[in-house]
Formats: sequence, structure tokens, C-alpha cells
Amino acid sequence: MDLLRLILIKENLLETTLDQLRPGQQANIVRISGADGIASRLREMGFVPGELVKFVRPAPLGDPLKCFVHGSRIAVRCGEARRVYVKPVG
Amino acid sequence: MRGCQQKAVTAMASVSNAPTHPDQTQPRVALVGNPNTGKSTLFNALAGMKVRTGNYPGVTIEKKLGTCELGDQEIELVDLPGTYSLAPRSPDELVAVEVLTDNVAAHGGVKLIVCVVNALLLQRNLFLVSQLLELGKPVVVALNMIDVAESRGIQINVERLSERLGVPVVATSAAKRTGITELKKTIADQLDSDTNEHERCRILPSEFYSAVATFRETLNSTSTKTGASESKISDLPDDYLLERMLLDRGGEPETRVIAQYGDSARVALTEIREQLAAELGDPIDIECNARYAWAREKLSAVFTNESHPSSPVTDRLDAILTHRVAGLVCFVITMFLIFQTIYTFAGWPMDLIDAASSWMSDSICAVMAPGMLRSLITDGIIAGVGGVLIFLPQIALLFLFLALLEDCGYMSRAAFLVDRIMTTFGLSGKSFLPMMSSFACAVPGVMASRVIENRRDRFATIMVAPLMSCSARLPVYLLLIAAFIPETSYIGGWLSLPAIVLMSMYMVGVVVAIPVAWVLKKTILRGEVAPFVLELPEYKVPSLAVVLSRVWDAGKAFVIRAGTLIFAASILIWFAGYLPGDHSKQYQLQTQIEQLDQSSEAAELLVVELNNESSKLLENSMLGRTGHFIEPVVRPLGWDWKIGVGALASFPAREVIIATLGTIYSLGGDAQEEGLVGALQASTYDDGTPVYSVPVALSVMVFFALCAQCVSTLLVIRRETNSWFWPILSFSYMTILAYIGAWLTYVVGSRFL
Ligand SMILES: Nc1nc2c(ncn2[C@@H]2O[C@H](COP(=O)(O)OP(=O)(O)O)[C@@H](O)[C@H]2O)c(=O)[nH]1
Ligand SMILES: [Mg+2]
Repeated sequence: MDLLRLILIKENLLETTLDQLRPGQQANIVRISGADGIASRLREMGFVPGELVKFVRPAPLGDPLKCFVHGSRIAVRCGEARRVYVKPVG
Repeated sequence: MRGCQQKAVTAMASVSNAPTHPDQTQPRVALVGNPNTGKSTLFNALAGMKVRTGNYPGVTIEKKLGTCELGDQEIELVDLPGTYSLAPRSPDELVAVEVLTDNVAAHGGVKLIVCVVNALLLQRNLFLVSQLLELGKPVVVALNMIDVAESRGIQINVERLSERLGVPVVATSAAKRTGITELKKTIADQLDSDTNEHERCRILPSEFYSAVATFRETLNSTSTKTGASESKISDLPDDYLLERMLLDRGGEPETRVIAQYGDSARVALTEIREQLAAELGDPIDIECNARYAWAREKLSAVFTNESHPSSPVTDRLDAILTHRVAGLVCFVITMFLIFQTIYTFAGWPMDLIDAASSWMSDSICAVMAPGMLRSLITDGIIAGVGGVLIFLPQIALLFLFLALLEDCGYMSRAAFLVDRIMTTFGLSGKSFLPMMSSFACAVPGVMASRVIENRRDRFATIMVAPLMSCSARLPVYLLLIAAFIPETSYIGGWLSLPAIVLMSMYMVGVVVAIPVAWVLKKTILRGEVAPFVLELPEYKVPSLAVVLSRVWDAGKAFVIRAGTLIFAASILIWFAGYLPGDHSKQYQLQTQIEQLDQSSEAAELLVVELNNESSKLLENSMLGRTGHFIEPVVRPLGWDWKIGVGALASFPAREVIIATLGTIYSLGGDAQEEGLVGALQASTYDDGTPVYSVPVALSVMVFFALCAQCVSTLLVIRRETNSWFWPILSFSYMTILAYIGAWLTYVVGSRFL
């Protein structure tokens, strides 16, 4: 089952979360889970459903992650990135 | 250091003598915008030099006020902290909203809002603009960074944008000072036209507004039902806050209304939200979708060309500076170079100040006969204040580097790099800026902790920030290093032992901060991990004006402090070291020596006699007696009574130790041509063994590295945390750690060195 899932993700057929992308990979934001302050902060800073996001690279120790969204570079921790559901493109 | 300090004091003063709107006739204009859009730069461009900073009463929102002349009228400008949205999540953020919505009469109403937007990030910035338009106040949009946008080939049709938004838009470049006159004119025009009747923009779906109306009804009936007085009805939050209540789950407006109206309001709120969710989807989605859709619509055909190239330079630099290996290496090298430079480059201006102060001392001795006044001037004032002033070059350099790092955009990269490390002991990458600022001075460091939204993270940062070696400790380190650490160098002169010791002293604070933060986060500040979302701005060439003005402010504050606080302390300490005692024999000897040929044998004999007399007088003075009284306490640290008294005198402000030692050795007749450094090296116990050894010097340095010897910091902690608990905790734990640390250093040092 896991293997199937991996293949599907690889073929960009399944949605995944931002922290699961490869460095340099782009994806479309599908939704952001939760309705608390963190979720709205993410939205204000440009993580909006429909928007293209690029996972640029993680910090040297793996966390946080540098992303490019809505014209600006934003660092989010893996914890927050897991709440951003995306569908990879290209 | 203490630029800060001056500011902190005025801030507190302005809180206590309350009325924050001194002149009702001056209309108030607020500057609002995302962080890093150039608000502060624009503020300075508009207000020039007339700037006052302070705090809103009771909360920790910084208030920066300035006056700006618009032709025939003057306006009062307010620079609010940068924000991405007007959804208040803490009491502090609520104040900013209330300032804008006029809810707090005491703050004085804002007549007009200038929203500063970054032309490069227009669409995202319009999120905030859309919220501002809903407040029903006149808004002027300053389309800032237009110079950068143009250089990237982004063309914006300003007129069309203004038409679409329905408010004036002015293209500006705050840094290059273009568009400022036009902005002033637009503000003046808007203030002159009848602006009070402004339509509130309605950007969210109409179903939402009817839900808000229903909620208002419910609250209205609740307050009458619970038998509340009529006044409570008029207390009803205004429209904007009511809307935020529905939109922000767990936000500050919600907390407040539940506190005010009780559980029935909570029930009503939940009900309305559920109803809304069924109709339109989750409130949070309603807002986000509506605002971004609005922004997209407003921007269509506003850009005359469709390319929005982001900065390739920033991406290329980031590829190195945030690289897994290279990034960390660059980080360490940068930090190391800063310390090495501070130590080496400040040498010659320091010699200059040193020469100037001994020249002053000598000329006074030449024209005045020995006596009490001459002793006060040379031993008290020049030895005390001069000893502190000599560190001005280093302090200027430290601030120069901090300002450069911040202005070029590297500071947020540093936060990004170290976040993972900081989280392991309970802080966050956002603690990096406050902690790095604390290397200059804990006062702005503690204030900079406002960027941390989470209360527990913020308090933990405030607790450990004063452990960072501030520039007031630098003089202590430099003095002792110059006196006792040999000038050995390694790798062809690239690394010197004094620079390594200096860096280690800075590390002591950092290393101790780790377990302290960890313990705090495990005990009194326990809780969930806070979120971390940080914008990494584009790199840019630092603006010379911004950097130099920070260095200038810091230097000025340091000199003022040396001229006031240290000056007063020097005089007090001089009195304590001079009285009681009969100095007539000492003066007689001094006069005799000055009449003789300095190199003759008779003169040398008299000098020895004079020194004996001087040190006897000092030992019997109030200072000497206090010193001998506390000597048993400092003995285990390897200190003599002079160091003990110096440490004691420097609890209000740590630089006082330099002034104290300067005065003690000068009064005691120990100061020779080589100044304080020579006096320390030459100082001996009665039996002739030297007072200072390397372990003693290290022990003093470690004590100063860890001790909470700064009243200003404690006061600013009190203000920022709004309680006495935190400053008291900070003072006690630091003092205890300092004593233990100094003792360990001495014991271990004596064994191995
Ligand atoms: N090129 C350019 N740089 C600007 C402009 N306005 C501000 N800056 C720079 O942007 C940085 C952030 O500005 P600042 O006023 O501190 O922004 P704030 O966070 O909104 O207060 C500073 O380094 C400014 O020098 C502008 O119009 N053009
Ligand atoms: Mg600012």
C-alpha cells in the first residue's frame, strides 16, 4: 500500500504536504488544515489555496524549510509545513 | 550599551505622565504596513529629526511619534509595528487595532492611515490594505520600494491602481527620498477634504455581514438580559472588532467579549460560526478567499508588463549562505570576524583617547597645586570617566556590525540557520535577533523580543538575553585581557590569544543561556511548541544613512552616559575613597616631588614614601573599610578587596567597575604611566605577591559575564513583562550563577594554569 502511495505521489497524482516535497520542487496549494491562529498567519503570509509554492531547501539541520510563495521567501517549520496540503506540479 | 537606556527611560516617563495626545489640534496620521516595507524609513523621511518613542500604557506596543509639517499645518505621525494583518492575536496587537479604529479615546483618534506597501509584493500586501479599507477611515497607499520595482522592470500603473482601490496611491522610494513631497501633499489634501464620513469597504460576502448584524443583536439582548446598565450597550465593540470575533477563532477580540458577556456570548458565537460554516465555509477560508480574490481583481491590468522577476541575486546568495555546510561555515566565520575586528581595529582610536585623557590629567597637574580639588578632577573624574570613554571605538564598531547585518538582510537568515538549535533548548530562531542585539545592550535586546509572538518563548528569551555579553562588559574584558593575556598569535597572525579569550567570554554567556532557557521551558514556562513563520527579505546593499544613524545614536548615548551616570558615580567613589583621612602629608610629598628633578634619587625615595602614604589613606577610607568588610565573601574567588569593592559598586551599572578601579588605583598612588593596565599588573598584596594572576583575571571576567549588574535592564524587563517577578528572578539567578562561575573559574584555573 505504502509503495503504491509513494508511486502515486511521485507521479503527482496524490496530494501530499509541503514538508514532503523535494528541494526545488513546486506544488499547488490545495488547502491548509486547521482554523487557528497559525492557519491564518500562514494565509496572511501568502499560503493560499490555488497558489503555487516552491520548496527551496531546508535549513542545515533539516528544519525550518525555506519556501517561495506569493513572491517572497518564507521560512516555516516542518510542523507548520505539514498543515499545508499541496499537489506537486512538473 | 545604553542608547537604549536613554530611550527606555523616556519611554517610561511618557507612560507615567499619561496624556498621549498633547495637542488636540494636530491631526494624527498612522503608518501601517507589513514588516520590511520601509515604514520606519518613510517615517524618518516624513518626520525628519523630530521623533519621540514611547509605549502605549499597560502593554508592550512601541509607540513612535513624530511631527511632520505639511505646508501650513502640522500633523502627528505614529509608526505602528509591522504587521501582516489586523487580526489581533494578543493584547498587544489589539492595541494597534484599537489605535486605528479609534476605540480607545485616550490614545487620540487617528484621522488618516498611510498604508505602506512593498511594490514588489503588491498582491500580498493588499491583504492588509483590504482590512484597512474596512475600518472606514481615509487611507493613503504609499507604494514604496518603487525604485527597486523599476530596476526589475516591473511597471505599475499607479493611477489605475488608485482608481481601483478608491483611495490615493503615491509611488515613493523612502530610501531614495522620492515621492515624499507628493505623499505629503496627498496627505494634506485628504485631511483638508471632509473625511469623517468615510464609507466602510465591504469586501467579505454579504451573508457574513448579516451574520455579524445578528451577532450584534444577540450581544445587545444579552447585556440587557443580565441586567447590565445602559452604559454596557454603548460599550459594545465596534463593527470591525465584531467582525474579527467571528473570523478569528481564539483571537483576542473573542477572549475579550467572552470575558465581558460571559458564556452566553460564547454559545452565540459558536452557533453563528456554525451557521456561517454551513452557508459559506469556515470563516477563516471566507476571509482569506475573499481578500485574495479582491486583491487579484484590483490588480488585474495594473501591471503594464506581466513579468515579476524575483531577485536572482538573493537566490544565488541564499544558495551559499543557507547551504547545509557553507551556510554554517559562513555563519561562524562572520561571527568570529566581528569579534576579531572589534578587538584589532579599535586599537588606534583607543590610544588616541587614552593619550588625550593623560594629557588633560598632566596639564591640570601642571597648573594646580596638589589638593582636594585637583585630586577630585584627576583621580576622580578623569580617571573614572576617561577610563570608560576609551571604549567608545569598540562600541561604535559593535553597533556598526549589528546594523550592517540587520540592514543587509542577513539577520533573518541567521534566525533560519539557528532555529533548529534554538528549539532544542526551548527558544526559537526568532530569539536570535533579540539575543544578538543583547550583545550590544540588553535593553534593546529585551525590547526586540517583541517580535516573538508566543508569550512563553518571549519570556524565556527575555530571561536569557541579559546573559549575552553586552558592550558594557566589553571594557572589563578588554582591560583585563590587555593586562594579563599575552599577545601570542597563531596561524600567521590571523588568530590572536586575546581575541580567542574575548570570544570565549562571549561564549560563556551563550553556553550558560542554553541550560537556563531549557530549565525555564521545562518548569515555569512549560507548554506547546510555538509556530515559526518568518519572512526572509531580499538581500540588499545596506543603507549607509540607516547604519550610520544607529552607530551615531549608540555612540551618543554611551558618551552621555559616561558624562552623567559614570561621572556621578566617579565622584561618589572618589569621595568614598578620599574621606575620612588627613591628606596634608600626601600633598606635601606631592609638592616636594614636583619641585625636584623627576629622575633624581631623592625624588624616587619620596615617590615610594608617597605611595605608601596614599595606600594607607585609601585603606582607611570608607571605600577601603567597605572593601575589607566584604573581603571574606570575595576571597574564595581569588579577589582582593579592591576588586570586591569595584564589583559591589558596579551593581547599578557594570562599567562603573572601570571607573572605580581607576579611582582606587589613582588615589592609592598605583597609577603609573601605563595607566590602569599598568596599575593592575603592578598591584601586589602586602607581602609582595601579585594580586592578579591569569585565573584571577578570568574569574573577574566570568563574574562580569554572568552577573545582572544593570538596573536599566531589570527595569526594562519589568516593563516588558509587566511584573516584578521576572526582573527579580533574573537578578537572583544571574548573581548566583556569577558567583559560582567565578569561583569555579578560579579554582579550576589555579589548578591548571
Ligand atoms: N531600495 C529601497 N529600499 C528601501 C526603501 N524603503 C526602505 N528601504 C530599505 O528597506 C529596509 C527596511 O526598511 P524599514 O524602514 O526598516 O522597514 P519597516 O520594517 O517597515 O520599518 C531598510 O534597509 C531600508 O533602507 C525604498 O523605497 N527603496
Ligand atoms: Mg520599522
